[in-house]
Amino acid sequence: MQHPPMRAIATFLYGRRGFYLSLLLLPPLLWLGTVYLGSLLALLMHSFYAIDEFTARIVPKLTLATYRQLVSQPAHVDIVLRTLGMAVAVTLTAAVVAFPVANYMARYATPRMKAFFYVGVMLPMWTSYLVKVYAWRLVLAKQGVLSWFLDQLGLAPALDAALQTPVIGGPSLASSYLGMFIVFVYMWLPFMILPLTAALERVPQSLLQASADLGARPGQTFRNIVLPLALPGLAAGSVFTFSLTLGDYIIPSVVGAPGYFIGMMVYQQQGTAGNLPLAAAFSVVPIILIAIYLSLAKRLGAFDAL
Amino acid sequence: MTPAIELAGVSRLFGAVRALDNVSLSIAPGEFFALLGPSGSGKTTCLRLIAGFDHPTSGKILLDGDDVTDIPPFERSVNTVFQDYALFPHMDVAENVAYGPKVQGISAPERRRLALEMLELVRLAAFADRAPAQLSGGQKQRVALARALINKPKVLLLDEPLGALDLRLREEMQIELKAIQQKIGITFVYVTHDQGEALSMADRVAVFRDGRVEQLDSPRDLYERPRTAFVARFVGSANVIEGELARRVTGGGRAFAIRAEAIEVLAPGAPLPDGALSCEGLLEDIHYHGATSRWHVRTDAGQTIVAVLPEGAAAAVPHGSRVRLAWSRENIVPLADS
Repeated sequence: MQHPPMRAIATFLYGRRGFYLSLLLLPPLLWLGTVYLGSLLALLMHSFYAIDEFTARIVPKLTLATYRQLVSQPAHVDIVLRTLGMAVAVTLTAAVVAFPVANYMARYATPRMKAFFYVGVMLPMWTSYLVKVYAWRLVLAKQGVLSWFLDQLGLAPALDAALQTPVIGGPSLASSYLGMFIVFVYMWLPFMILPLTAALERVPQSLLQASADLGARPGQTFRNIVLPLALPGLAAGSVFTFSLTLGDYIIPSVVGAPGYFIGMMVYQQQGTAGNLPLAAAFSVVPIILIAIYLSLAKRLGAFDAL
Repeated sequence: MTPAIELAGVSRLFGAVRALDNVSLSIAPGEFFALLGPSGSGKTTCLRLIAGFDHPTSGKILLDGDDVTDIPPFERSVNTVFQDYALFPHMDVAENVAYGPKVQGISAPERRRLALEMLELVRLAAFADRAPAQLSGGQKQRVALARALINKPKVLLLDEPLGALDLRLREEMQIELKAIQQKIGITFVYVTHDQGEALSMADRVAVFRDGRVEQLDSPRDLYERPRTAFVARFVGSANVIEGELARRVTGGGRAFAIRAEAIEVLAPGAPLPDGALSCEGLLEDIHYHGATSRWHVRTDAGQTIVAVLPEGAAAAVPHGSRVRLAWSRENIVPLADS
């Protein structure tokens, strides 16, 4: 028997489903609505302000001047393109690397092995992000573990050739875009593996058997059945890897070549440079890119199987 | 004539479990062959081995005289109708049916024509552009059938295809499946745990138990002449009389089967017809089944016997009465020790 006042409350709520539901939803909605969306809107608003050249004060008047500044300066456009290029490369690579792992976890692993893989995939996330980035810098350094290891395998010439490649190369892996790319892929791989595994787990074995039964070779089954049905998972994973790369400022500042990335620009503009409107405008760029990416994915039918 | 399918000493072990234990059988071209058994008896394993989804631990599988034991499913000329239909959710009905021709590289207009032809056969041409999710269970079943038949396989494998349908639809589909099989004349191998389905549709039935074929016969022979107690119970729902009761009734100890509808109920002490066997017991329960009712009688030897009588046969007999069960000696089927 329940305590009488609790019972009275339960009885009161029983007949008032709508009220009960709003009572449950109010705190999270308040959080999401004011703290989360509110600050996002404030950010958006700031990007439509501009800074007074002389006083370095923000003029609270709606203008497109900041955006004009963003798109008219080649250095700014370079930053956007560089970040976008890295995000695309990281996303594609993460998808290719994650697929076999996710497929194994979803379809072939015994329950024990699967648990082991889940822990293995998530274990790096239990460590501090900064520690991992700095650890990678040491791993990739000129006299670091990786170059020593490649040397032992007799692959030092291959590394040198890669580092001499224009754009992606550099004096060492730790100070090249190639090294930065490796760290990005490492960092975001779990965010690709997990949704992809979930999507592949939802594809019944009988569909693959039916495909083979009807005469499809393994490659055809992959193209016609597995890939289309895994697309929602790929889309979800790629939104993570794509947006995380677009927004990150620590990896590009610790590992890699000196060129700026969007995240670093935001960090610098709102801090030392004190140009909050430009920082806000740069923050809006990833939002727009993700929106474009999602609408493209939708048009390609990535969510049809949902 | 070369058999359409031949299994030669096929075993499939899962760890220490013998899912199939040295099974040999041979299925003739054009035959409607049922694999019947309770769950875990090996019938589905058998089907999966024929389809190529699984590999036997030992033994050989021949299709049309060719050893296909090591041939992958996409190179076998058998097609399967799956228990869960396995329709591709991201393709419409016509695309599902056209999948076989598609992977063989047949052009889009041609394979659509073939698909519509198959959909005509299963009377679903009007649904060609629907998504599988918009179909009812019976319609999905027919799409799966059309998709499996479009490659013109020599053998069609059906894995409990009607299991998820309701009774009325199941009966309709049984008639339709049988009609389609007779129309196109290919071999059907049909897995089911429903003995009514196996008996009404198949030319021959293999009854599976614990990974072995317990009996392989025509439906009539299975029903009328079960060889073991298991077959008598599972296929015919017959009474299996054994042990003490068998000794009391026949004088010998050998178990026998007697079908419920072959048993008469008499008043205790009533004169027996010539050549009849009988035993007495207490009427425990009567289950009403419309045209008939099933009488459960607990015999003095302790075993319960079920008799099926026309409804209204003896409405005046109350529960708990003593009754005498009698049946003709020629209706009993002696059983092998199992």
